[in-house]
Amino acid sequence: MSDFINNGWSVYVAAVTIIGLVACLALLIVASKRKVMAGDNTTGHVWDGDLRELNNPLPRWWMGLFVITVVFAALYLVLYPGLGSFGGKLGWSSTGQWEAEQAKAQAAMAPLYAKFTSQPAEALAKDPQAMAIGERLFINNCAACHGSDAKGSKGFPNLTDGDWLYGGSHDKIKETITGGRQGAMPPMAAAVGTAEDVKNVANFVLSLSGSAHNALAAQLGKEKFGACAACHGADGKGNQALGAPNLTDKIWLHGGGEQAVVAMINNGKTNVMPAQASRLTPEQIHVLGAYVWNLSQGGKQ
Amino acid sequence: MSDTHAAAPGGSSPDAAGEIVSLYAAQKKIYARAVSGWFATWRWVLVWGTQILFYGLPWLQWNGRQAVLFDLGARRFYIGGLVLYPQDFIYLTGLLILSAYALFLFTAVAGRLWCGYACPQTVYTEIFMWFENRIEGDRAKRMKLDAGPWNGEKLLRKGGKQLVWIAFGLWTGFTFVGYFTPVRELAASAMTLGFGPWEWFWILFYGFATYGNAGFMREQVCKYMCPYARFQSAMFDHDTMIISYDAQRGEPRGSRPKSLAHASLKEAGKGECIDCTLCVQVCPTGIDIRKGLQYECIGCAACIDVCDSVMDKMNYPRGLIRYATQNGMDRHWSREQMLRRVLRPRVLIYTAIMVLIVAAFAASLALRTPFRVDVVRDRGALARIVEDGRIENVYRLQLMNATERAQRFRIDVEGLVGATLASKAEVEVGSTESRWVPVAVQISPEAAGSLGAGAHPLRFTITRLADAEGGAVDVREKSTFVVPR
Repeated sequence: MSDFINNGWSVYVAAVTIIGLVACLALLIVASKRKVMAGDNTTGHVWDGDLRELNNPLPRWWMGLFVITVVFAALYLVLYPGLGSFGGKLGWSSTGQWEAEQAKAQAAMAPLYAKFTSQPAEALAKDPQAMAIGERLFINNCAACHGSDAKGSKGFPNLTDGDWLYGGSHDKIKETITGGRQGAMPPMAAAVGTAEDVKNVANFVLSLSGSAHNALAAQLGKEKFGACAACHGADGKGNQALGAPNLTDKIWLHGGGEQAVVAMINNGKTNVMPAQASRLTPEQIHVLGAYVWNLSQGGKQ
Repeated sequence: MSDTHAAAPGGSSPDAAGEIVSLYAAQKKIYARAVSGWFATWRWVLVWGTQILFYGLPWLQWNGRQAVLFDLGARRFYIGGLVLYPQDFIYLTGLLILSAYALFLFTAVAGRLWCGYACPQTVYTEIFMWFENRIEGDRAKRMKLDAGPWNGEKLLRKGGKQLVWIAFGLWTGFTFVGYFTPVRELAASAMTLGFGPWEWFWILFYGFATYGNAGFMREQVCKYMCPYARFQSAMFDHDTMIISYDAQRGEPRGSRPKSLAHASLKEAGKGECIDCTLCVQVCPTGIDIRKGLQYECIGCAACIDVCDSVMDKMNYPRGLIRYATQNGMDRHWSREQMLRRVLRPRVLIYTAIMVLIVAAFAASLALRTPFRVDVVRDRGALARIVEDGRIENVYRLQLMNATERAQRFRIDVEGLVGATLASKAEVEVGSTESRWVPVAVQISPEAAGSLGAGAHPLRFTITRLADAEGGAVDVREKSTFVVPR
């Protein structure tokens, strides 16, 4: 892929580069001689009546260095990208170099990870080295959203509380990290009924976890909960196959209380956990998964 | 506009006699004559001093590791008992500022002392010239050898010199790398030539630079490359002790019969300079000091040493060429009168600044805590509400252990009413380890209510718990606590 919007610019840049290089060399040769007055070693220029310009020649090796830089530039432009969109004879690119370095680093790390991949999460949780690696991976890749202490915040799940949307086994955690998750709560207002019905359902939902609620409204909302039961289950305990949250605990990812629950029923919500497969190797995800699993077990490490 | 050139100020007259020359002159090889004397001895003292330090230091051990090691891979810098982090670069800055002021000070007092006695360029040139002198002989022999045809002897002497130079250059490169890779491991890999690619590069590069600069470039480095050389001369004043030729004593120069006594020079119409040109022959930059101070002069005092020896032979008083100030020369001051002017404002100010920096540097090192802390707020979520409506903020503390043993730290919060730590308060950090520790701080909803929404200042106190090797030390770091709207 060219970095230029059209090929003319590429040719233009290449031409300016080559002309500049040739001009440097030409200037060096053309300007290398000067007339010196016989006897007094001055150039014969006199300013302000008595200020004379002495001929103080540069050493020849200095000019040699200049020539070397021009030769270096010419060689460089043949071997590496630099002349417009010409990619250079070596085929070097910064992306390629990065990939090579990544591959090298991963090859160097392979023996270390090989030891871990054969072990289950329970064993890794007891291995301080594995947990230290897991912690670094977490802080570099996960902490931006889930927080440095993995306790999340509004909209970003707490990973330490043992409450899981998609399942908390080591395998499930690895699946989540690898492929990411797309959580979708559809707007349900129409299915539930009137605004009054929505409010009643919200109170019923709050009652499931024993949160503060209006008992009468909850009673009225119970029959309308059928619309929610398809995903959250008749008992409101959620469904990890769908990523439907358990409504009977006091964990409110997007905020608790009547107002927040009503807003959720009315507007729905889409929440995304991005896939990490392109950023982390399966071996890294194995160790990272074990670290997260261990956090949810109360961090017994 | 075509006549611009003719109108240029001072434009050369077209018919003036002149010749066309190249602006790039070939370097004239300088055959400096070996010299001995008071100043040459001082230079050798400094050569030995600096080089024993340079070549010997990497071999010293400290508690089972190399005493001075700059581990670039792990980003830890060990100097004796000190373990420095990249965050401690301020010390390097301090050292460089100190060096700069030392240079200013010495230059103001006695010119280019650094150049003449301690600069690596001078020191290695001195060493390389010593080898050259041993193998090819002194000035006259070297000139004869260079002019003569290539025969067995020339090949042997020239080749032998190159071999010794290259070996010395490689040893220098090896030692340099030994500051960054443990030198004992490096020595072991030297047996099999099993250096890593970067070790190879730096040994060869540094070795080549030493060989090239000290063997061939020599005075060219001082004349054309060195920035110090140019700005040091700007720090001279009329009271700076510089190497000076006493023209009033010396002129008119010329040869004279040895029988001519010093007392009768005046009647004979002669100065003290016998025009032996030895001062020119010993000069490593090839100048004639009798023309006065020139920018090429590196202040090595070789001409003083050799001129004094000539004066001794002639039974003239020493010091035709000597350290003297410009004022002293003009006004015929005695040495004492000149030295009295050393304590002038410029020198006193440089000294005062240096003393201040040295004191600050020493105090900073002495009061240095055995660990460093950085506090970074979590950026993803400024605050969150947890059980019972308590407000929680999360921080990451980077704890950097600057000792070579495991240390335990206790983390406390202060400076914010009602703030409590909601995470593990004690952490252990291994030897020279740098570790990120997530820390959660909470306040009650009531406290949050009285504070109001916004960012409130808060301090972390990190205490190194007393252990067998040291008492409790604490460090305070500022941060903020955010109460959401």
